[in-house]
Amino acid sequence: MNTLPTIVAAWLSLVIAAASSAQNGTIKIVSSLPRTGSANAQTGTIVNGIKMAIAEVGGKIDGYEIAYEDWDDASPQRGNWDPTVEAQNANKAVTDSSIVGYIGTFNSGAAKISMPELNRAGLVMISPANTYSGLTKPGLGEANEPAIYRPSGKISYFRVVPTDDLQGAVAAEFVAASGAKRVFVLHDRELYGKGIAEVFERRAKELGLQVSGMEGIDTKAANYKSLAQKVKFSKSDAAFFGGTTQTNAGQVAKDLRSAGFLGTLVVPDGCCEEAFIQAAGANNLEGNTFVTFGGLPPAELTGRGAQFRDGYRKMFDADPEAYAVYGYECARVLLDAIRRAASKDRAGVLQAVAQTKDFDGALGRWSFDANGDTTNRVMSINAVKDGKFVFVKRVGDAAAGGAAKGPETPSDAAAR
Amino acid sequence: MKKRLDSMELDFFLQQLITGLSNGMIIALIAIGYTMVYGIIELINFAHGDLFMLGSFLALTVLGVLGIDAWTGGGTWLGVLLLLLSSAAFCAGLNWSIERIAYRPLRASGKLSLLVSAIGASFILVNLGLFWGGLPLDVFAGGVAAAAPKDFPPLVPNTNLLGEDSLVQLTPKDLLVLGVTLPTMLALTWIVTRTRLGKAMRATAQNPVAARLMGIDTDRVIGATFLIGGALGGFASVIYALYNNTISFQMGYRAGMDAFTAAVLGGIGSMPGAVAGALVIGLVRAMSDGYLETRWTNTIVFGILVLILIFRPSGLLGSRAKEKV
Repeated sequence: MNTLPTIVAAWLSLVIAAASSAQNGTIKIVSSLPRTGSANAQTGTIVNGIKMAIAEVGGKIDGYEIAYEDWDDASPQRGNWDPTVEAQNANKAVTDSSIVGYIGTFNSGAAKISMPELNRAGLVMISPANTYSGLTKPGLGEANEPAIYRPSGKISYFRVVPTDDLQGAVAAEFVAASGAKRVFVLHDRELYGKGIAEVFERRAKELGLQVSGMEGIDTKAANYKSLAQKVKFSKSDAAFFGGTTQTNAGQVAKDLRSAGFLGTLVVPDGCCEEAFIQAAGANNLEGNTFVTFGGLPPAELTGRGAQFRDGYRKMFDADPEAYAVYGYECARVLLDAIRRAASKDRAGVLQAVAQTKDFDGALGRWSFDANGDTTNRVMSINAVKDGKFVFVKRVGDAAAGGAAKGPETPSDAAAR
Repeated sequence: MKKRLDSMELDFFLQQLITGLSNGMIIALIAIGYTMVYGIIELINFAHGDLFMLGSFLALTVLGVLGIDAWTGGGTWLGVLLLLLSSAAFCAGLNWSIERIAYRPLRASGKLSLLVSAIGASFILVNLGLFWGGLPLDVFAGGVAAAAPKDFPPLVPNTNLLGEDSLVQLTPKDLLVLGVTLPTMLALTWIVTRTRLGKAMRATAQNPVAARLMGIDTDRVIGATFLIGGALGGFASVIYALYNNTISFQMGYRAGMDAFTAAVLGGIGSMPGAVAGALVIGLVRAMSDGYLETRWTNTIVFGILVLILIFRPSGLLGSRAKEKV
């Protein structure tokens, strides 16, 4: 019965100790990520990455205590991110003036909701995972994008991942290099999936591939057997699915294979998680399914990235998922900006983040460009072997057209 | 050249026919659960789709615990039989309990309270499924991602019975669906038309008060209806899992929606109607996916439903709507 008072006393002494050591007060940063549902396997390691970055600076910058809160933007009803919850999170962040940084979101659709809110309040937002091009790049999304996300006229949203226009193009170049002639394009009719599928289609046509069909799926359907037969009968030798594990990529892959479609299947980074392999069944993916990812898998990281990977293993006794390093990078770039900021308030931190240049990060040396995008363009193509993702090749190094250089065919990759 | 093209078109049509019928038969098994309950107490049992979902979770758990896999050889078919029986027993028992706990006490208080109670039961079952998927079992990949879709091992092979060269695929999976659905339907028809219980069910459906006056224990008859409907849901859950090889805690919603639509399309309360409605939905879905675009499929299915309800309000095979007094 005496454990509760003990805990309270211990907690109080901690709080007092913290308060006395932080002469200058507390600066708060929050993250808003889907923590309920199947994305949690990814977002859990993103949160770990953030915690690790904070621990590395000892939880303190210039005498300011760094407080971090891990917010959920998903709801159990949807098992996925929920627009209502994301809007609530944005409101909560705006009204708490001690918050100077907002790390999120995981889903591009969720970012659309919080971006204008946070922009009006001048609160900096850094995403570890949004890849939809229209969020930052004019001319690639809807006509009013990205201006509608910037009501204040200033840029307050940044991201550390390369965007879909780069990733979709890389996927098309990979399919073309594999020797395929006809490709069937499927997507989940969502912002991210449809966006990347359209980029893929455009680039595939430029490369002289014949696009035998482009269809949006019903993400709640029990199976896609009819559609899979259509893909098979179209005599396509490759297929692309723009979507995520949450929008049924696993079932799509499974039904394509069980229909007897044996061509190359390429899926984007929304499927670059263990849950995709579980949902699809590993033996449906082996050898001919490839996953593009807007960065390098943890095992391929070098330099500071390798240090991150080893530190992560030591701290959490587990391997980081693909996105963990982006959570870490987000937090590091934010903490670095807080350190550099002349005034430790929202305006000061926002200005410092925007000025980030030649940042020595776990992903290499990079800067934020005028749109708020990273200048880093390193991406990778991965396959599945023995139920795990295996690295196939590094792409997109040089800014333009570099991805097409010295391509490796999928069959080469499968032979490994 | 022309001839070759034609044969390919025919192949494609046959393929969509097979896929549509198989999907339709799975829907039919669920639809019967809706239509039986509606026929007897005029309740749209919203929990039925989620009951079906839990049946498939039980099947995956049993499969994991007993270590049945595709390489158990002849034992596999025994395994499939075991899964069918265990899920049917589980769903029957659960459905009966739900009726006993959540519906029976409310039966006298009007249809609306019953309906709300059914929606509540549905929420409970969905969350139970979410919890179940988080159990630390190997078949749930350790339960790390409770909400993630679960891979259901391919116990029934996907080999093409028409030969590996044939473009048209007819697999043991399709035969399994037919082999479970057809005998079940025949048995059910026999129960309803030929047995004392069936007679009592029909009497209760027609007029519960009169049935009670004639000495029929209507509570028992209604309980039996839920047992049978649940058992069919259990069969459906296992063949769904073996046919699609994926289960998820959210699958009950869509399956329930399709089945309910099938029941209404065929004439709610009519068992042959539910089967006919389900086959129509399965076929329309397959043809629309195959010949039009997937994004139109739902529009077409529900468009047909609207048209039928306008021109034939009692559904395809429904009896003339009789006013109950």
